[in-house]
Amino acid sequence: MIKSKLLLSITNILRGIGKRMIERIWRLGAGARLFFLTIIYSGESFRRFHLTLREIYFTGVMSLLIIIVSAFFVGMVLALQGYNTLQKYGSSEAIGVLVALSLVRELGPVVTALLFAGRAGTAITAEIGLMKTTEQLSAMEMMAVNPIARVVAPRFWAGVISMPILAALFSMVGILGGYLVAVPLIGVDDGAFWSQMQANVDVRADIVNGVIKSVVFGIACTMIALFEGFDAPPTAEGVSRATTRTVVISSLTVLGLDFVLTSFMLVI
Amino acid sequence: MDRTTIDLWVGIFVALGVAALLGLAMKVGNLTSSKIGETYSVTAAFENVGSLKPHAPVKSAGVVVGRVDNITFDASTYEAIVNIKIDKRYAFPKDTFANIYTAGLLGEQYVGLEAGGDVDTLKNGDKITQTQDAVVLEKMIGQFLFSKASEAKADIKDTEPKAKAASASKSANVKSTELGDAPF
Repeated sequence: MIKSKLLLSITNILRGIGKRMIERIWRLGAGARLFFLTIIYSGESFRRFHLTLREIYFTGVMSLLIIIVSAFFVGMVLALQGYNTLQKYGSSEAIGVLVALSLVRELGPVVTALLFAGRAGTAITAEIGLMKTTEQLSAMEMMAVNPIARVVAPRFWAGVISMPILAALFSMVGILGGYLVAVPLIGVDDGAFWSQMQANVDVRADIVNGVIKSVVFGIACTMIALFEGFDAPPTAEGVSRATTRTVVISSLTVLGLDFVLTSFMLVI
Repeated sequence: MDRTTIDLWVGIFVALGVAALLGLAMKVGNLTSSKIGETYSVTAAFENVGSLKPHAPVKSAGVVVGRVDNITFDASTYEAIVNIKIDKRYAFPKDTFANIYTAGLLGEQYVGLEAGGDVDTLKNGDKITQTQDAVVLEKMIGQFLFSKASEAKADIKDTEPKAKAASASKSANVKSTELGDAPF
């Protein structure tokens, strides 16, 4: 009797895991299908570019403030921490290199993507989820307007365009923040700060790779947000859950992709 | 919000992004610093260039006067041939001395030029004959350990200490002068 109960609970657990796995894979497939449909139907978002411009305004321009403020503080903290350690080895002039490389290579794209997922991704998910709940998407289909071409694709391209711009701004503002702490506050030599940076930051290997990363993160974050919104159950609870999932999945995807991309870039 | 306002803001946004990218490329990367006006190139042969790289600065009296163009290996003399581009504005005497220095303890390596006293100046394609190799840290540590060990031995034995120490320091002296008669 006990044995069969134990067996039953074990099979239940296994069944639960299997169900979750299948659901994940199903969602992955549906997401990939939405991605391809978005690419196929993205002609309209360029022909009627004001649609995309509007979305760039909402995802990119509105994220400027949070990106700039956090970049400033990240740069300042990097300079403080870096100086604290480098000074022990008597090479505090290398602080410029440290700040620039860590921002351009890693922190710029990654932190921007994380902030983007929190600031713009959630907005996209909630908006599309609510559009679905209030049956606006169905209404569009009724009027022979393709919701993917009209709603999804412009948001997708807006995210893909905004992310590299935001990441470049993040890196630049972060470096300025680091400069402000390192040079006027701590007293590192001004010339050494920039010249060491220029001598050690490569345009191709560091800056272009950072831009490539941010483009990939832009595609991933926006696509996840769009899919979660598109796939949200049409209830208040469903939309709220989808919004949470957007942040969680985007953050994990960005961090995972970052590792993969970095290992590729270091090999090539 | 009407369309023109949105266009304006997006324009500002994109312009900021382009400015940031340009700033990264120019100010942070080395797109601009590698280009100096008119140059003439001279070569210098080194037995060991250490980790000197193309685009490394060429300095005289601490001022950047040129860049390392390329580094090749001469299979007949087994030396590294370093091609240096020097700004046309600066003329150096024929007996200029080329050293490979390290900026700081662990910094990047650069070529230091020390002007001689010759009346003739270096022309395009000339060769700097007096060079000093990069300091190889391992070699230096090896020498240091060797001299330390012989000192210690001399101290313990305490027999003929003077002669041993003298010979050790002498050999160290010979080694350092072997690297080149640097004017310092």
